[in-house]
Amino acid sequence: MSAEAATDTKTNDWEPKIVAFCCNWCSYGGADSAGMGRFQQPASARIIRVMCSGRIDPLHVFNAFLEGADAVLVTGCHIGDCHYVNGNDKTKIKYKYLENVAHELGIEKERLQLNWISASEGEKFANFIRDVTAQIKKLGPSPLKPEGVA
Amino acid sequence: MKGSVAVVGGGIAGIQAALDLADSGFKTYLIESRPSIGGVMSQLDKTFPTNDCAMCILSPKLVETARHPNIELLAYSDVKSISGKAGDFKVKVVKKARYVDETKCTGCGSCTEKCPSKVQDEYNAGMSKHKSIYIPFAQAIPRIATIDAAHCLYLTKGKCGVCKKVCGPKAVDYEQKDTEIELNVGSVVLATGFKPFDPSILKNYRFDHPDVITSLQFERLLSASGPTQGHVTKQSDGKVPKNIAFIQCVGSRNPHIDRKHCSSVCCMYATKESIIAKEHDPELNITIFHIDIRAYGKNFEEFYNRAQREYGIKYINSRPPEVIVGANNALSLKYEDFSTGVVTQDFDLIVLSIGLDPADSTRALAQSSGIALDDFGNIATSIESPVESSVAGIYVCGVAQGPKDIPDTVAQASAAASKAAALLSGERGTLIKERKFPDEKQLSPLPRIGVFVCHCGINIGSVVNVPGVVEYARTLPGVAHAREMLYACSSDSQAAIKDAIAKNDLNRVVVASCTPRTHEPLFQNTCREAGLNPYLFELANIREHCSWVHSKEKERATEKAKGIVQMAVAKSALFQPLYKQQVSLINKAIVLGGGVAGMTAALDIANNGYHVTIIEKEKELGGMLREMTELYDGKKPADVLKELIGKVNGNKNINVINEAKLLKVEGYLGNFKGVVLANGKELALDFGAAVVATGARNLEPSGLFNYGKDPHVVTQAQFEKMLGKGISANNITMIQCVGARNKEREYCGRTCCVDAVKNAIRIKKANSKANVFVLYRDMRTYGVMEKLYENARDLGVIFIKYEADNPPKVQGGSVLVHDHMLNQDIELASDLVVLSTPLVAGENEEINQLFKIPLDRNKFFLEAHPKLRPVDFATDGIFLCGSAQAPKLMDEAISQASAAASRACTILSRKFIETEGAVSVVNEAKCIGCGTCVTVCPYNAPSLYDVTVNVEEVTYTTNKSKINAASCKGCGSCAAACPAGAITAQHFSSKEIGEAIDAFDKGVKSISIEKGFVEMTV
Ligand code: FES
Repeated sequence: MSAEAATDTKTNDWEPKIVAFCCNWCSYGGADSAGMGRFQQPASARIIRVMCSGRIDPLHVFNAFLEGADAVLVTGCHIGDCHYVNGNDKTKIKYKYLENVAHELGIEKERLQLNWISASEGEKFANFIRDVTAQIKKLGPSPLKPEGVA
Repeated sequence: MKGSVAVVGGGIAGIQAALDLADSGFKTYLIESRPSIGGVMSQLDKTFPTNDCAMCILSPKLVETARHPNIELLAYSDVKSISGKAGDFKVKVVKKARYVDETKCTGCGSCTEKCPSKVQDEYNAGMSKHKSIYIPFAQAIPRIATIDAAHCLYLTKGKCGVCKKVCGPKAVDYEQKDTEIELNVGSVVLATGFKPFDPSILKNYRFDHPDVITSLQFERLLSASGPTQGHVTKQSDGKVPKNIAFIQCVGSRNPHIDRKHCSSVCCMYATKESIIAKEHDPELNITIFHIDIRAYGKNFEEFYNRAQREYGIKYINSRPPEVIVGANNALSLKYEDFSTGVVTQDFDLIVLSIGLDPADSTRALAQSSGIALDDFGNIATSIESPVESSVAGIYVCGVAQGPKDIPDTVAQASAAASKAAALLSGERGTLIKERKFPDEKQLSPLPRIGVFVCHCGINIGSVVNVPGVVEYARTLPGVAHAREMLYACSSDSQAAIKDAIAKNDLNRVVVASCTPRTHEPLFQNTCREAGLNPYLFELANIREHCSWVHSKEKERATEKAKGIVQMAVAKSALFQPLYKQQVSLINKAIVLGGGVAGMTAALDIANNGYHVTIIEKEKELGGMLREMTELYDGKKPADVLKELIGKVNGNKNINVINEAKLLKVEGYLGNFKGVVLANGKELALDFGAAVVATGARNLEPSGLFNYGKDPHVVTQAQFEKMLGKGISANNITMIQCVGARNKEREYCGRTCCVDAVKNAIRIKKANSKANVFVLYRDMRTYGVMEKLYENARDLGVIFIKYEADNPPKVQGGSVLVHDHMLNQDIELASDLVVLSTPLVAGENEEINQLFKIPLDRNKFFLEAHPKLRPVDFATDGIFLCGSAQAPKLMDEAISQASAAASRACTILSRKFIETEGAVSVVNEAKCIGCGTCVTVCPYNAPSLYDVTVNVEEVTYTTNKSKINAASCKGCGSCAAACPAGAITAQHFSSKEIGEAIDAFDKGVKSISIEKGFVEMTV
């Protein structure tokens, strides 16, 4: 991508691609609550529903980056609230590892974020998407993005 | 005794009662007088305080009712009389002539299209017309046409007959007659609802003017399926109004027309309608004229605050005496505002917030069947038995028992079901059928995906270009069929989906509509009915995650919707059929908390024939009722408690453990293992279901109004006790909303107004000379409690309204208050100042950790759905009742307790529990036997076993893992942790997830349709 195009994407209405992993019981519900509360948010995110954040394999996250995601969000229930006892504790451990690898690969920390969102926190979900979108718009497209993917 | 129940009334109350009974093993007749079930809820656009779309949450219940093998629907039928006795009733039902053969009609609607004559549409509250042969609304159940005999040209004049000619299945039958049938049932549940108040008797409100409409009419105007497709317009000239007024309490709180009750719901529905109207048109000015704003329920106060803060809705504390019609038919209201004096203001549209009147049919049926009514014309009940009518074996729920909102109605419905089921528990399962699905069809090897895109009225369709999404879906690889639907969840759409599966030989189904959290089971069942395994289904959420959150960016929303559908399609192509297993369950329950709610829940479960253990932390049963000295009907709590505790102790199915605490819980629905600590010993306790009834506690208002410093300042709870002993104060001032409805604690305490009024009456009755002042912000004596408020005023209790920003001041011996109505400060000599404080959450955090059940922001428990699942948790097998959910009055807590018992019995009565279908499985060849999965799994589902491996003449023994499907919950943690990639989390496999990620925003251009795979365009 030319430098020109890169600056372009930063300023105009380029919409980043954000993959949000959500657990069925909390953060997916949070996204639903955002809908019910009509909390408006940028149309940049696509949600991948899993039953528990514990299901999220680091490979899924890298897969998302390699498929052109500009940011990947790992979300789940608040610690202690996991529907499967402690799935999110395991997520936390895996996330630490993920963070390190992402750092090694030169991925900015804004592009990989962890957030615990309960089913009632619709506004929080919407704000999260809004904030991440704004951060990524500043950064521009992901360095891992394959050629040709918007 | 008969194992069957007749439920009279097919609104949300009747539907819930019927579903609970049918799920607990009873044959249930649901009798509804209108052509379709659904009641008034089906006419609502949204529900407060979450603004959930009413039809969206109701429709799945309608469909479930119609499908339930144990429910027999008798729509368009009236109950003439009930005779007999508990266990053996005869119910006479008149099936009214529809002039259409129910067994032949397919609901296709050709007849309604061609019918030349028109009738006022009851569903749209008379604001539009439907044909003389009609189906009342899109999601109607049963979906059968009905002829309005009074207007049909053939039936009145012998002319026309066009419907008969066009009807393909030959269902129209002009000769049909009313038929009378007699049902023999063990019990009857009355859920006859209410009649909206007819404001035309209040001539001064000028209901004859086209722009004076009822709140129900306004609700229809807001609805996408209403007469104006959701555009609020004036009936007079079709123009958009600018200034709208709501007049509250029309037909409520009005002794002159013998409507003394408060209708309980109008303040909140007016608030809701105002918010929705403002969302449609932010330019609107909306004013609500009211006496008190009664935002007493869970999250109501917060909703009311939002209406003012975020939507700029104006609330004026005044009741205009009349609607003035001036020159050119212009409307205005003259009212007295305490700050500005008498004001006259013009309005374009005036909405009368009409109350709930007892239905005439309820009265008639009660009279003919000897069922007692209360002073207001509701079916009479008592505080301790809120769902039992005066006739044993006949139960009541919903507004037929007194005005109430939807969650309270639903709770009572389950409660009535619990009572009927307990009565007939010996006959459980004798008259029912098993639900049968057709055999699964042979799947063709390549995916043939059907995509159904829902408009959801205008919820999706007004933002997302639905036809565009359908077009797009057609281009996606593997898609064999795509179409749009107005409401994908309605019964006709279900039929259409099944039809499409058969015609197009579909082997995967994607519905693009709302959230799978509520609607997945419905569509999965549709698939099963069409011979498809339910796991071949995927929901693409384009409402909550798209149209609702991008409502201003139509194009982007459409693009995103396409993307979401694309991901769902890609994922679904990989789906494989999965099967559930049946495991046994423990038919025993536990109840946490031995207060009134806990004891009631336990008794109901025990009377349904199941063993139950009450775990109480105190030495004795009774909870908060022990602190009370009189109920609002004058009964002594001690007597009530004595009887209740006697019943509990005398029931051989109930075991009480006092001074006990639940320490640990593991397991799942039907098979929980708990550890209880009692008397210093740990005790194992296995159970299949649990009811949380841990109550709440009174707020100690430390630091407020000199509490704690001045001994003459006490709380209402303390005062309650003092009254029991007798007190000698002559000047008593009560202050309401202490520590509630403020920044720190936004909610309303719900019970405090009733308690204050009750105690004020007690003082006055004991000593009529005593001066009693109640300083309040809004008096929230909702429903039939209004009677207490009236009583108190008659007895000379003085009520003074104060404003939140100018609260009373307590100074030694007197209280200084700014009287908002007189606009001056008054000093009230007070020997005793009583502070009404709200209930606050108890030690809910411990239990929420144990069961992994959520709390709301005030630390009360969060139910599964605020409207339709008020006593369920999202986690299966655990239920909720009483003040642990939110503050409530005793009869409400009792209703909820019975409801929780009913819900628990729908589980305890099962023969087996079905496991998850989407469990994880191990590929033995890849497994390296490391045991990571064993450590990771919280349910002990994986275990290692020895295998002997034979490779190329080498034989060795190693570990392999296997997963027990019965204990696997399908969280997928093991699959994510397995270092060898040997575990597949079925339905959420890495392949399926990967396929969805790959499909993110591959533009249509990049898809090669002929080849059927996704290519990168470089
Ligand atoms: S279920 Fe939400 S993190 Fe486990």
